[in-house]
Order: sequence, then C-alpha cells, then structure tokens
Amino acid sequence: MKASKAIPGPRRRALSTDRLVTLGLHILAGATLLLLVGFVGHIAWSALSEFKPELLAFSPTGIGNQFFNTIYLVFLALLISIPLGIGAGIYMAEYATKGKAQKIMRISIETLSSLPSIVLGLFGYLVFIIMTNSQWNLFAGALTVSILTLPLIATITEDALRALPASYAKGSYGLGATKWQTISRVLIPAAFPAIITGIILAAGRVFGEAAALMFTAGMSTDINWASTDITSPTNAFNPFRSGETLSLQIWASRSESLDPNASAMANLSALVLLALVFTFSIGARALSRHLNRKNLGDNK
Amino acid sequence: MEISEVAMPNQQVLVNAGAKAVADQAVGNAFTVENLDFYYGTFHALKNINMNIKKNEITALIGPSGCGKSTFLRILNRMNDLEGDVTVKGKILLEGEDIYADMEPIVLRHRVGMVFQQPNPFPQSLYDNVAFGPRLQGIKKASELDEIVEKSLTQASLWNEVKDRLHKSAISLSGGQQQRLCIARTLATRPDVILMDEPTSALDPISTAKIEELALELKEDYTIVIVTHNMQQAARISDKTAFFLMGDLVEYNKTKTIFTEPTQPKTADYINGRFG
Amino acid sequence: MNIESTLRADRIWRNVIRGAGLFLLIITAAIGIFLLYRGTGTFTIYGHSLSEFLFSTQWQPADTLAGGGHVGAGIYIVGSLITCALALLMATPVSIALAIYMAEITPSVGRRFWQPVIEIFVGIPSIIYGWLGLTILVPFLQKYTTADSGFSVLAASIVLAIMIFPTITSVTMNAINSVPKTYRQGAYGLGATRWEVIYKIVLPVAKHGILAGVVLGLARAFGEALAVAMVIGKMKAFPKSLLDPTVNLTSAIAADMGGTMEGSEYNMALWTMALFLFVISLLFILLIRYITSKGGNLSESK
Repeated sequence: MKASKAIPGPRRRALSTDRLVTLGLHILAGATLLLLVGFVGHIAWSALSEFKPELLAFSPTGIGNQFFNTIYLVFLALLISIPLGIGAGIYMAEYATKGKAQKIMRISIETLSSLPSIVLGLFGYLVFIIMTNSQWNLFAGALTVSILTLPLIATITEDALRALPASYAKGSYGLGATKWQTISRVLIPAAFPAIITGIILAAGRVFGEAAALMFTAGMSTDINWASTDITSPTNAFNPFRSGETLSLQIWASRSESLDPNASAMANLSALVLLALVFTFSIGARALSRHLNRKNLGDNK
Repeated sequence: MEISEVAMPNQQVLVNAGAKAVADQAVGNAFTVENLDFYYGTFHALKNINMNIKKNEITALIGPSGCGKSTFLRILNRMNDLEGDVTVKGKILLEGEDIYADMEPIVLRHRVGMVFQQPNPFPQSLYDNVAFGPRLQGIKKASELDEIVEKSLTQASLWNEVKDRLHKSAISLSGGQQQRLCIARTLATRPDVILMDEPTSALDPISTAKIEELALELKEDYTIVIVTHNMQQAARISDKTAFFLMGDLVEYNKTKTIFTEPTQPKTADYINGRFG
Repeated sequence: MNIESTLRADRIWRNVIRGAGLFLLIITAAIGIFLLYRGTGTFTIYGHSLSEFLFSTQWQPADTLAGGGHVGAGIYIVGSLITCALALLMATPVSIALAIYMAEITPSVGRRFWQPVIEIFVGIPSIIYGWLGLTILVPFLQKYTTADSGFSVLAASIVLAIMIFPTITSVTMNAINSVPKTYRQGAYGLGATRWEVIYKIVLPVAKHGILAGVVLGLARAFGEALAVAMVIGKMKAFPKSLLDPTVNLTSAIAADMGGTMEGSEYNMALWTMALFLFVISLLFILLIRYITSKGGNLSESK
C-alpha cells in the first residue's frame, strides 16, 4: 500500500459517515415514496374492490350528486373570489403606495390565509346562515370558501405582476397608454399564465375543504335532475339549496351505521377527490407550460 | 428668434457662424425648450437648459453617464412623471404647445414616441404589439389596423422578414428585429417625434447598422432625438449634437461643427475620449 | 380617440381596484371583529375568567342564555398542544432529512421528480388523511397495541405528522436551495465530504428558513379540525398514555358548533375557542415574520 494514497483516520471516518448518511437518506426517500404509493393504492383498492356501478349514481345511493356539488361549489367560490382576488392583487402590485398601505394589505392577507378553516366555518355559519336566517346552502358555502381562496388569488396575482420586467410598463406608457390601459392590455395578459396556473392550484386545494363547509353548505343533498326550475330547492343549479360535497360525505360516513354502503361510498369519494386534486395539479402545470410557450414563442 | 439654437450655459450666449446659418434656414421647431430646470427630489439634475429641436432632423444627445442626457430625453415625453418625486421648471413647447401645462401625458406620448435601450416588445404577437398604440387611440376596424401594421412594419424595414408570422410571439424575434419592432410599434401611433434612448446599445454591429440606416430614412417624415454613448454613431447619423455634462448643456450645434471645431474645451476633451 | 373617456375609464378603474383592496381589508376586519366580539362574550357576558377558560378542566357550558355553566377548556387546549407537539416531533426530522436528500443528494431528480411528489402530498386534502387514519391506523392500533379503541393521541399525532411533513419539507427545500452555491464550493474546496458540507455549512445557513417551515407546519397542525376529529376519540379526559383517546379545540368546535343555541353560554364558549385558535395562528404568523426577518426566505414552492 502506498503511503500517499492512505487516508488519515479522521477523514476515513468522515467518509464512512458520509456514505452512511447518504444511504440512510436514500432509504428514507424510498420509504416516503412507498408511503405515497401505499396511500393512493389503498384508497384505489378499497374503492375499487367494493365498487358497484350504483355508487356512481347521481342519487342518494351514489356519489354523483356530491361530485357535482363539489365542482359547482368550487366554481361558485371562484366566481366570487377571482374578480376580488385579482383586483386586490392588482391593487397591491400597482396602486397601493409603498409602506403603509402595502403593509396593512399584507398583514390582512396573511391573517386571512392563516385562519384555521374551522374558524372560518364558524364565521360563515354565523354570518351567512344564522344572520341571514337561511338554511344550509351552496351559496353560503361558496362565500365561506371564497374567503379561503381570496388571499391565495390576491397573492398569486401580486407575485405574477411583480415578476414582470419593468420594461413592459415603460413601453406601454411610452406609447401613450394610461395606467389602467397598461394594466389591462399589457401587464395582466403577460401575467396571465402565472395567474391562471395559481388559480387552478388554489382550486385544487379547496376541493378537499370540509371544515368550512359543514355548517354552511350543509351535509345533505337532494337533487331532482329532472327539474328545470332553478328556483326549485331540488334543482341542481339552484345555489340556495344545501349541497354535501365529496369531502363532507367522507366526514359524514365516519359513523358507518347510517348506511351499509357508507364506507364504500367514502372510499370512492376519497378516490375521486384524489383524482380531482391530481388532475388539477398536473393540469395547472401543463397549462402553464403551454401558455408560457405561446406567450414567449419558440425560438426556432 | 432662433438664437437659442446654441446652448446658453450659465447665461452665456455663444454665437457662431454655424448657428447663424441654421437660423437662416428657418425650418420649424419640433421642440422649444426654455430655461428648463429639473430635480429628482432635491437633486438638481438639469440646469437651465435652452434648446430648440428642429423638425425632420436627427438630434443626438451625448455626454458621460449621469450627465442628464437620458433625463432630458424622458422629459420630452414626460416619462419622468412616472418616477415619483420630480420637479420640472421652465417651458417645453411642442409645436408651440406647453407639454407640461396644456397637454395630457397620454396625448403627448402618442405624439412623441419612445424607443428604449433594451428592446421591450410585449409578450404578445407581433401584430398585437404594433396594433397596440392604434388600439389605444380607439381604432378597432380590422382592415384599418391591418393597414397600419403593414405600413409601420414596412417603415421599420421589418415587414419582409416577418409578414408570414405576424401572429407569432414577438419574443421569438432576434434582438435587432425586436428593436425594429419597437420602432414600428412607435410609428404605428403616428407620432411627430421619436425619442430613442441608446437604442443600439444592446445590439450587435449588424443590427446596429440597420437601426442607424432606418433612423436616417425616418427623418424624412419624423423628428428624431437620440441618446447615444457611441460617438461614431452620433457623428454618422445626426444633424445636430448636444453635449451634456453634469446637468449642463455645454454645447449644442451642428454635428459637423461639434466634432471638428467645438467651441468648448470640455466638448473637445469628451469627443476625443479624454474622459467619459 | 376620446381622451376624456379614456381618462375617465382610468379613474373609474383605479377606484374599482381600490375597492377590491378595501374589500379584502373589510373582510379581514369583519372576521377579526366578530371573533373578538363573540369570543370575549364568555368573559364579558357570562362573567367567566380567562384563567378559568385556560386552566380549568371543567367543561360544562350551559346551552342557555342564562349561563351558569363551566367553561374550562384545559383538556381541549392540552389535547391540541400534545397532538401538535408530537406531530412536530415526528415530522420535523423526517422533513428536514427529505429536504436534504432532494436538494443536496439528488438535486436534478429532486427538482423533476421529488418536488412534484411532495407537492402531491401537500395537495392531498386533510380529510383524506383523516379517512386513512380512521380506516388504517385506528384498527391497526387497536389490533396490535394495548389501546382500547385505537382512537388515541398517537393516532391523531401520526395523522397530523403525515399531513404537515410535506409542508415542512417543501419550505425547507427552498431554504436549502437558496443557500449560495459558492458556500458549498468553498467547503468542498477545503476537502469536506458532502455530509460535512450539508451539516456544517448548508444547514446552519438555511436554519431560519427551516425554522419558519417548522412553524408553518405547526400552524397547519394546530388549525386542522376534521382529520384530527376523526381519530382522536373525543374523550373529555386527560390522556394517561399515548394510546388513550382525548379531545382538542378544533374537534370540539367541529362537533358542537351546529348544535348550540345562538348566543348561549355554550355557543359563546365555542367562539372563545375559535378566538383562541385565531390568536395562536396570529402568533405563528408573527413568529414566522420574526424568524424570516432575521435571515433566510420563506417561500413554499407552488
């Protein structure tokens, strides 16, 4: 053995520690991946092994109505929070004076986004149900959830606008555009990919919301799909009917005694919910890539 | 009177043969600048500037960094308004109208367009970039817009290169093409004056040559004011040159005169590369 | 072009946008005021003391406007604290280790593969974690441990730990990634092994960001309601071991909020709990702000 190749004792120990830690981390990462695969696999297996076509029905025996309610509720919530959230984001990025106004806005947004959703649920229940003297309804649920998505969308919009090069605004002003023309014709279109991606991600996150909805959107659903009168309390699109979502259905089925199918329905709901969340997450990514390419062009 | 064709640093009127000759031509002025002082906060960035900028000429603004030449350029279409705490004193007339008293900035900027140092096309299609200004002006008819886009791109000698991909993203163009697109975008608002803020400093020599050639063509129809760091560029393309130093307009004259027989020693030093 | 109308539109839109900003402030203020007003009713209307609420273990609020019950939330508060502390204890080391793995050991695979994996974890709704806890963990604990029912502190902590570890991992990874490359090069240049570089250079530099991530995870755990409520057992008693059931603040609100009489002592007591949660989460924000202002950036990857 050549002396020059020998590694001094302490360094040899350092090298073996290094190898050991690396190995440990590999194992941990593998275990994490297994855990994820295990979760998804378990849900998929439980859902599919008990699967009966009637579980998909748009009736009390299936989760079709809950699926519809989930989508419809998130849609309504976004309808409320997108204009307000984008408006608030534009305000923060473009209009709020540096210093006080921005600071107050930021604290406000952080407070809203850190509110536990059960607290928000309590607030929504009081303000949108008790104080308006109404029954559980989708609209109250959507209003409550929109308080969750509002700060998200505002932050996304603000970040997207701030990330734009200052030369866009300069170019637009140089051509004689007013501030609002600059924002609406140059800045918002340029920030659009980031904003739409963020909104889809935000939507993906509220699909699973339950605590804020228990006592606002309610935990029952009764839809008559033949109804064409939107004011009817059983019309699917009437926002003033109660509407249990997929996540509430899972929550409700923890007491399995109610319905022999409750557990099978909950498993299927969980699978559908996962699929929704994954689809939105992947969809947001793909859309963002597509829009960025379209906006920036291929350099071919 | 046309005597302020020549700079009056520190109230000292410099009369020379060149100025007289110019005055005799009696061509209309695009801009008349009288006793202009400009402050960023309390910083006195431009001091008592008097200057006339002639129509259908290229006027070059030169001087070392921080001398106030870009600030002066931005004053001419009130881009400095956007920077916050600024004060403008004195008078700037665009064809007789005081641009700080009688004119909305957005109207002024339609009439006095600007091309920036870095090409800054919007991340939209080429067509939408060029149609941006006309649309601001309320033009909606597709045929009319098509015509303006084609005319502007042709004027900016870009039409032949891009006519087949008008609806592709403007960001996909090369740097030189992007800058010509920005010029086309400015032309489309039908301005009287085009301000260029070191328009070639980010470009390669070939693209630079194209832009210079373009500027020479455009002066037939437009008044051009260009800020440049490149002495040769000023010499090559401009009719008049103004030399700024520390917020003063040191000398303003025919380019030929400035470069061959400057009256001020500082001008000579700068042009001969002794500082700056 | 009509300049007047263009300028008018500019003014109108400026006010519309200001309105949107103002609206957000109003909502925040409204929530704060409602919480404050209702949450203090226990003390101002029904005359209980703050120390009774915080430290007494007697929770028997009267569901009437007359009041006269007891509002000691001690057990609930302890339940929240224990489950969150345990969850943090389990999640933090794993999260930091994973973040190190993704950022330092396999940086390229980390970005393209592991980051999406962690994002998927972040995106899984908490109700699903609760459901998995209920259908896998609780029966498992009942079968293989001495737990009576499986509903337990341990089950709640594990569910919370799994729920928050992706958040902590994500923030930690960003903190590690924002450590300048030159630091690493410097250390490698001196003959350090990879682990030495991580342990002695990268982690100390990133520590503020990591800490902020941990607090963010804690805040999420503290506010989570239904996933915990599904597995904690809702037993109104201090747990004697990890395998005993107990109860916490959020699950109490979730269970009872719909059943109390408006304005009653019980109702107000639940609002006091909500106010307490709100105050704690505000404290967490301030803590995160304080930590990040001392160095490092907090940004959860989106």
